[in-house]
Amino acid sequence: MLDERLEVENLHLWRGERHVLRGVHFALGRGGCLEVTGPNGSGKTSLLRTLCALIYPEEGRVLWKGENVRRELPAFHAALAYLGHEPPLKADLSARENLRYWIGIRRRVAAAELDAALERVGGSSWCDRLVRTLSAGQRRRVALAGLALLVVPLWILDEPTTNLDTEGQQLVGSLIAEQLSRGGLVIAAVHQSLPPAVRDVRRLELSP
Amino acid sequence: MSTPGAPAAALTRAAAADDGAGSTPAAGALDAVRLALLRDLKLAFRKRGQLVQPLAFFALVTMLFPLAVSPELSRLREIAPGVIWVAALLASLLALEFLFRDDAYDGTLEQYALSGQSLTWLVFAKTAAHWLLTGLPLALMAPLAALSLGAPSASLPGIVGSVAVGSVALSLIGSIGAALTLGMKRSGALLSLLTLPLSLPVLIFGARATQLAISGGPLLAPLELLGALAVLGVTLAPLAAAAAVRVSLE
Repeated sequence: MLDERLEVENLHLWRGERHVLRGVHFALGRGGCLEVTGPNGSGKTSLLRTLCALIYPEEGRVLWKGENVRRELPAFHAALAYLGHEPPLKADLSARENLRYWIGIRRRVAAAELDAALERVGGSSWCDRLVRTLSAGQRRRVALAGLALLVVPLWILDEPTTNLDTEGQQLVGSLIAEQLSRGGLVIAAVHQSLPPAVRDVRRLELSP
Repeated sequence: MSTPGAPAAALTRAAAADDGAGSTPAAGALDAVRLALLRDLKLAFRKRGQLVQPLAFFALVTMLFPLAVSPELSRLREIAPGVIWVAALLASLLALEFLFRDDAYDGTLEQYALSGQSLTWLVFAKTAAHWLLTGLPLALMAPLAALSLGAPSASLPGIVGSVAVGSVALSLIGSIGAALTLGMKRSGALLSLLTLPLSLPVLIFGARATQLAISGGPLLAPLELLGALAVLGVTLAPLAAAAAVRVSLE
């Protein structure tokens, strides 16, 4: 029985002429939280996408449970939830429909679970509206509901608090804190820092 | 603040069972394909303009020929197979640009690639939706075009059959082109350049089958060849398109 653990060894990534990641190195175990900071263009998103195995690094490797993620990609992806800059939502579906398809493709989800998750993010009153009519903050909340519904050990989040009001940012904090207390792992790229509800955060600073 | 009832329960369940293979209860590949297909169909009916465009194009082009060539039925009957097939090919191409485009913009493709499900199956589901929304309606509209081009009514089942089978191959071939051109801003012209040469066998056998249907000949042979192309497409195209989608996400 292998422990959930993400190890990153000597990651080097080039984007065109730019050497974006220069030997990134870290390990994160159960309940660990890593906050990735750095100015715009320092490669935060590139790092997260490399961790997800969307981008091939020029050098180095990413290990999940001690094994190179490239060797068992579907199993690694089944354990992973990635939220990018933009919530992955369809403008022409309602918030609830979006979640039903997005989550349903990965795991069976009951209607009651969907309702509970939407209520948790404060979306009970607007979850049946088309996403195109929702505000940016509301869309972000739908994405957070999806994150909670995916029920996976590893969260990789790109600027999770963007567009959220104070209460929304607290929501992100409590979601992350719950994930950590459950033994999950969280890696988040942030501009300032994660909400105060999240404690024992390690920090990885990328330089431009 | 409300407590998360069901999700929390599910979370602990998953955490307990997670030492094995990812989260539980996972959705099977069939569930994933079904949901991806349903999602695309629902979206298409929310955006009907995009749905109607290729069909209107097909109807217009085939109706233009009697006006431009001659209203004489014997002459129209001669060119009917070519007209129907070229129009069907171009109409299918018209819809192709949207096959992956929206999903690439809003991050859906990324989530598909990271879903732990087979991207090949999900791409197959998208292509199947594309065929249901363009190929099948085109086949159902073909009799209308055929009649206006002077085809006898006895030939209609053969024409519908050949367009239905041939358009399966067209959608699948097109999915490769659409996936390969994902990274580009204005991909329309390149998409046609990539897809049209590959579609030539479908065009040739499709037109031949239609011609035989109109003249009352035995059309089983070209239909079988169309079927073989479609089967070849089903087995290979989703693999190639999925690989191209992965590259576009880098």
